[in-house]
Amino acid sequence: MSARVPAVVVDSVSKTFELPHERVHTLKERALHPLRRTRTDSLHALRDVSFDVQPGEFFGIVGRNGSGKSTLLKCLAGIYATDEGRIHIDGRLSAFIELGVGFSMDLPARDNVVINATMLGLSPREARRRFEAVVEFAELGEFVDLKLKNYSSGMLVRLAFAVMVQVDADILLIDEVLAVGDAAFQQKCFDEFVRIRDAGKTILLVTHDMGAVHRFCDRAMLLERGRVVTVDGPDTVGNRYLEMNFSVSAREAADHQREPRSTERMGDGAASILECWFENDAGAHVEVLPTGGRCGFGARVRFAAPVADPLFGVVLQNERRETILAASTLWSDPTPGHFAAGQEVTYRVTFDNLLVPGRYHATPAVARQGGGIAWIDRRERMADVLVAGQARTDAVVDLPYAVKLDRVADSAAPEEVPS
Amino acid sequence: MSARAELGPPIKGPTAFGDDPRRLWNLARTLAVSDFKLRFFGSALGYLWQLVRPLLLFGVLYVVFTEIVRLGGDVELYPVALLLGVVVFTFFSEATGGAVTSLLDREALIRKVEFPRLAVPLATVLTALFNVTLNLVAVVVFLLLAGGEVRLSWLELPLLVAALAVFTAGVSMLLSALFVRYRDVKPIWEVALQLLFYGTPIFYPIAVVIDRSEIAAKLMMLNPFAAILQQSRHALIAPSHPSVPEVLGSDWLVLAPVALGAAVVVLGYGVFSRRAPRIAEQL
Repeated sequence: MSARVPAVVVDSVSKTFELPHERVHTLKERALHPLRRTRTDSLHALRDVSFDVQPGEFFGIVGRNGSGKSTLLKCLAGIYATDEGRIHIDGRLSAFIELGVGFSMDLPARDNVVINATMLGLSPREARRRFEAVVEFAELGEFVDLKLKNYSSGMLVRLAFAVMVQVDADILLIDEVLAVGDAAFQQKCFDEFVRIRDAGKTILLVTHDMGAVHRFCDRAMLLERGRVVTVDGPDTVGNRYLEMNFSVSAREAADHQREPRSTERMGDGAASILECWFENDAGAHVEVLPTGGRCGFGARVRFAAPVADPLFGVVLQNERRETILAASTLWSDPTPGHFAAGQEVTYRVTFDNLLVPGRYHATPAVARQGGGIAWIDRRERMADVLVAGQARTDAVVDLPYAVKLDRVADSAAPEEVPS
Repeated sequence: MSARAELGPPIKGPTAFGDDPRRLWNLARTLAVSDFKLRFFGSALGYLWQLVRPLLLFGVLYVVFTEIVRLGGDVELYPVALLLGVVVFTFFSEATGGAVTSLLDREALIRKVEFPRLAVPLATVLTALFNVTLNLVAVVVFLLLAGGEVRLSWLELPLLVAALAVFTAGVSMLLSALFVRYRDVKPIWEVALQLLFYGTPIFYPIAVVIDRSEIAAKLMMLNPFAAILQQSRHALIAPSHPSVPEVLGSDWLVLAPVALGAAVVVLGYGVFSRRAPRIAEQL
């Protein structure tokens, strides 16, 4: 493979946008303050990005919003000039950053196809020649003379995609155009991608859709804050992406919820739960837990007064507030014993992570045991964790199970006689 | 990677002109044609409206300056000269006025597709050029009706139109590129166009200016736009309209408006090329 010239080589490309604070738009301001520099924020959209794409490869570019995917695509397409680094493209490249670029709603399909195809690099004559093929692919034969504003959005997308398919390029850059159109047309688009790939074309696809990455991409690249995180097989990149996505959103969500979470608190104050957390198999505090494997919940408690044989526990609830786990030292043997004022203790609950993906809240509690339960400290929904992974069940938990099928001998025989 | 040595040159990013002049031309033409179509789709009289605007202005000026002020009293074929002036000025103001905001108007394209950026202002000029060509046909019809005659000097006209187109394109490039950074180019240019309208022999014949002050007339002819208009009148309407060399008093001095025009074109192209790579992100 190394003997062939790569279709795309991106060599330590950086791109910075200067975002002006107070934009000097007018000559007057310039004249009055000729020396004042516009204060700008530098937005490093891409930092030292390098990768190669081999000819005939289906290459995915994934990343969260604002990770620099689209900027990279625009640099590749030649819409933005790069600040540093070089991009080599071997072959004719067409970029589809948006479907139907240059469409005017007041013109009929024919004119728009010509405009769009010309923008994408065909000559107008060639564009007119291919018009029939475009209309046929888009299945819009009867609407050719209709103005575009009378098209449904689905029809628009079909027309635009059909034009795109007609533009022969060796290298295609595609930005999330799959997210539109009805299911049948989407399938058609996917089929078309496969056909294009099988024809030996190189495709770079920017997407959020891990499904598409898994289905089509030979390799994929994960971007985060303008940097390349990894270039690898689609499965690896897909998992990294999910992990990163969830960990960040969990952190953001946690920041949002910190306030209301600590309000509901009950107890006589003889002890207080200082902190609590979820941990993984290795004992590290985490905000995201992968499905499967061991995991745990822990809490740290400080006693303000002496207490004998308290109860330590935790209740785990899912987002529908169904209790999934209630664990405590109620039945533990030996009993916890005596705690003096000022003493600190941590307790842990470990369990197999049979939870289905979703968010879970933990309510830790310390209580006095006796005739009933008297709370010493109970902190409602103090911690939460996001369980991420492939959901394989609709059930509340994903209990391990086995299915066995036994055909009962001869039971089906009589029914087969009529045929 | 062993194949690195065989890599072609790196891509350049967006430029004003692109690699392929044909593509620039195709794009500018396609944009202009669709613009032209858009303007007339859905109106019953279509193209006629494009003609009506200069004709209306012409009508007003004609009534004012022949019946009330009597500016063009003894000038041969004054009404047609007036119409020609209005048509040519309409072209210039339509093309440059449209070009100022053209890059912003086409923002969707510029941010989404790689193409030679020059296609955008050129398309505006081209659209206006379609219009002026049709309007010039109307002028010729008027001329013949008014008693003008077909002369060999009409052959100068395509050349003059071409010169006007190039000069207009130069101004358009300059204005559209500057507007990306300085939004007040638009109001400034609107005022400049008004000044041009009154500071150029459009509704008054150059003879009136020469009578008052020869220097003023000569200064006027330094303006490439005014020079082209005056030369067109000389070539198209009647030889009694003085040609540019006649007003300037020397064949050599004709080089002055030519040089000025060329300078504007070079400056316009220079500024536009320099700005072209960043237009997409600065809009």
